[in-house]
Formats: sequence, C-alpha cells, structure tokens
Amino acid sequence: MPELVEKLSFYLEFPFVRYAIIVGVLVSLCSSLLGVTLVLKRYSYIGDGLSHVAFGALSIAAVLKLTNNMFVVLPVTIAVAILLLCRVGRDTRIKGDSAIAMVSVGALAIGYLLMNIFSTSANVSGDVCTTLFGSTSILTLKIEEVYLCVALSCVVLLVFILFYHKIFAITFDEKFAQATGVNATFFNLLIAVVIAVIIVLAMNLVGALLVSALVVFPSLSAMRVFKSFFSVTVAAAVFSVMCSLVGILIAILAGTPVGSTIVAMDIVAFLLCYVMGLIRGRA
Amino acid sequence: MNEIIPLIRCRQLTLGYGNKEVVRDLDYDVNVEDYLCVIGRNGSGKTTFLRGIAGLLPPRSGTIELCEDLKRSEIGFLPQISVVQRDFPASVEEIVLSAFQGKKGFLPFYGKARRERAMECMALTRTESLRKSCFRELSGGQKQRVLLARALCAAERLLLLDEPVTGLDPESAETMYRVVKDLHRNGMTIVMVTHDVDAALNDATRVMNFDQIAAKGK
Ligand SMILES: Nc1ncnc2c1ncn2[C@@H]1O[C@H](COP(=O)(O)OP(=O)(O)OP(=O)(O)O)[C@@H](O)[C@H]1O
Ligand SMILES: [Mg+2]
Repeated sequence: MPELVEKLSFYLEFPFVRYAIIVGVLVSLCSSLLGVTLVLKRYSYIGDGLSHVAFGALSIAAVLKLTNNMFVVLPVTIAVAILLLCRVGRDTRIKGDSAIAMVSVGALAIGYLLMNIFSTSANVSGDVCTTLFGSTSILTLKIEEVYLCVALSCVVLLVFILFYHKIFAITFDEKFAQATGVNATFFNLLIAVVIAVIIVLAMNLVGALLVSALVVFPSLSAMRVFKSFFSVTVAAAVFSVMCSLVGILIAILAGTPVGSTIVAMDIVAFLLCYVMGLIRGRA
Repeated sequence: MNEIIPLIRCRQLTLGYGNKEVVRDLDYDVNVEDYLCVIGRNGSGKTTFLRGIAGLLPPRSGTIELCEDLKRSEIGFLPQISVVQRDFPASVEEIVLSAFQGKKGFLPFYGKARRERAMECMALTRTESLRKSCFRELSGGQKQRVLLARALCAAERLLLLDEPVTGLDPESAETMYRVVKDLHRNGMTIVMVTHDVDAALNDATRVMNFDQIAAKGK
C-alpha cells in the first residue's frame, strides 16, 4: 500500500497526469448529465452511432494531415447528430434504428479503410486501436486538447444548468412542451449539438467504441436507485465522476488501458446500484 | 349575451396522417369564453382536431389561426394517452412545475409565485399529497390527475382537454368538472373532448359533434 501511494504521488507530480484527471472528471460529468436525457428519450444507440461517425471524421482529418483534427471532427459529428436526432426520430418513413446502424457501421468501415490506405504511420493497427479504445496511456493528451476540452466542457455545463428545466420538460413530454409554447425544435437542436460535443470530447478519454458507456451507464445506475429527475441527474453525475477518477487512478497504478478501466468501474457501479434497487424494492 | 369574438379560427382546415385525411375542409371558430364540448365516435377525429389546435399536427391545407393575440404559452393541454415513458424517473412536483416552461420570464429556477400556483393546481386535482411521489409508481387515475394539474398550471386563456375524466373515480371526475366550470366562469376558454355526454352537456355552452362533421365531409 505505501508503495502505491508513493507511486501515485510520483505520477501526480507530472502536470500531464493532472491534466488527464481534470479532463476525465469534466468529460464524465458532462456525458452523464446529458446521458440521462439520451437514455430517457430512448436514444442510447445514437451516442454509439455518433462516436463511430466521429471516428470516421477523425480518419479523414488524419488523411488530410490536419494539425488540429477537432476542426473536422466536431462539425461533422454535430451535423450527423442534428440529422439523426432532429430528423430520423420524427419521420416514420425512415426506420430510425436502421438509419443509425447504417451510418454508424458505414463510418467505422470507411474510417478504417482510409486510415489503412493513406496512413504514413508504421503502426496503423496500433493507431486504429488507440482511436477505438482510447490510448493505453493518458499521458498522450496534448495541452491544446486539454484547453479545448476544458472550454467545451464548461460551455456544456453552462448550457445544461441554464436550460435544465427546459431539457426536463422536453424529455418528459415533448408534445406538451410544444403545445404550451416551448420551442421544442430549437431545444432538440441544442441537445443534439451538445451531445455531439460530448461524444467528441469523451472519445479522447475512452476511445470511440467505449464512448456510449460513459453516456449510458451512470444514468442507468442512478435510475435504479433514485426516483426524481433531479436526484437521478445529480446521482448520475456523482457516479460518473467517481468511476472515472477511480478508473484513471487504477489505470495509472496498474498500467491498464484508461478507457476500459473507467468503463469497468462504471459496470461495477451499475451492478451495485442494481442490487441496491432490488433490496429497496423488497423493503 | 356578450358579442362573439373568435379565439381560434379554422378555415378550410384539412388534417390527416400519412395518406389519410381525418378532418376535411373544416370551417370552425372557437370563441372567447366558449365552453366547447367535442363529442363523436371513436376514431371520428376529435383528438386529431385537438392536436391541430395545439399546434402538434401541421395542417394539410387550410389554416388554424390564433386570434386575440393568443400565445401558445397561454394554453394548457391535457393529451389523451400520455406518451410518457413507463420508467421515467420524475416526481409529481417536477412534472407539474414543468408546465411553466413555455412562459416568459426566463430563469433557471422557479419563483415563489409559480411554486404556489403549482400547489394550488395540485390541490384542485387532489394530488398535493402525492407531491413528492414518483410519477411512474402512481395508478392510472392518479397519473391522469397529475397531468390535469399540469394542464391547469399552464392554462391562462385556453384549456384543451382530451378525455379528462377517463380513468377517474366518480368523485375525482366531479371535482374535475367543477374545477373546469369555475375556470370557465372566470373567463377561461375551454375545449373538451369527452364521451361523457350527459355530464358535459350540463356545463357546455357549445357542442361540436364529429359524427355530423365527418358525415358532411364525405
Ligand atoms: N398517429 C396516427 N397515425 C395514423 N393515423 C392515425 C393516427 N392517430 C389517429 N389516426 C387515425 O385518425 C382517425 C381519427 O383518430 P382520432 O384519434 O382523432 O379519433 P378520436 O375521435 O379521438 O377517437 P377516440 O374517441 O377513440 O379518442 C382514426 O381513424 C385513426 O385511425
Ligand atoms: Mg381521441
């Protein structure tokens, strides 16, 4: 145990380790907050689809050899998010889930194809693995990425806090909200944009394939135990941040991949909540 | 009688789903201080008409006009079947308060006046004791009363009700009718879809019969 603490404090000396922790906390906070809405609107799979799109966009950015790939990834993901959340959900002629499956798998395939054909890197499969499952070491976060991440997270948090009640009203009963004067179209658009931003941010932390775990697990855990929207939201945020912190620390100490360690923690938390929910249901 | 001022004006209104027309070429005015009862067989288009008025179903052709400077934020709405998901975690109070989201006066939290108004509406629908309860764990009739409280909270000038007494016990139904009647007496315009023809006709000032409208359209 003492060696562990020593090792930890040794690592914490490095600024990039601290950055990684800051990024981890912020990203997991944002993703859990919007995750509640996504899960309740039955859109969990959209998070997954979007992360694949972000991966595809990332590979395009890599092919174009852009220094900051965010300028491609963010707009593309936002555009697809708006298309998926604001169009498909409504139009009954296009089957929503199959459209998402198409976009999601298509982006994944094209992304990998592009990376393979155009990559100059010696270790293509290594690169791909990193974007899909997150880097094995969080020390690879660049300082610009950290700044961008902090800024975007703050915007997301601000939007969520300011529009919390509107988001609740639209999530709970969109028709009523619309009939009583809430601009549902605008807020659906806003939610879509914010979700795209979160997906792109979270991809840095846990990789494209594991993003939806960050979005879905904390809110599902919280819903097992809590019964009002407010308490579920707060609990999801707390669970998510705790799991990410513990996950990152374990990853540093044990040298495990960050993304999968965090998700493993989320699974543990979910199981605990599940059992707690069962016990409560009995009592 | 005071003069007739239209509040909602439908002209040549056609509403429908997919390639099916439900309401065809309807000319109809809902007037200020009407207590309008909408009756008719199952599937005759009552809910469709109400959804049109509520702005949830864009007209195929024709117009629905809100007159007298009526704003959507002054409308209260009780949908027929609630589309609310089965396992949504929300307390009764959160749901009733959400009625204010369309109103002006943007604040990230609710002021005292609105909380009090919400309490009043919960008292009127006898749901104040359920205030902290979880919505998904209520009985069907209790849920209906909560959604009614939400509709009352939102309604300032116009109240749209789609089968409000469905699932209510006789006592709650009677309170419901009394509450609506009181609101009407205080100047609220009411549009109520109902199958409870006798009870409704006691209070209503006008009746709209969709069986006849459908027959005429054909
Ligand atoms: N979402 C929908 N998509 C397609 N058709 C619909 C939809 N909703 C209603 N309809 C059709 O429109 C017609 C009118 O339905 P509506 O719900 O307005 O009837 P209603 O008068 O309210 O009946 P009820 O007394 O059962 O509530 C029905 O024939 C129904 O099949
Ligand atoms: Mg109906």
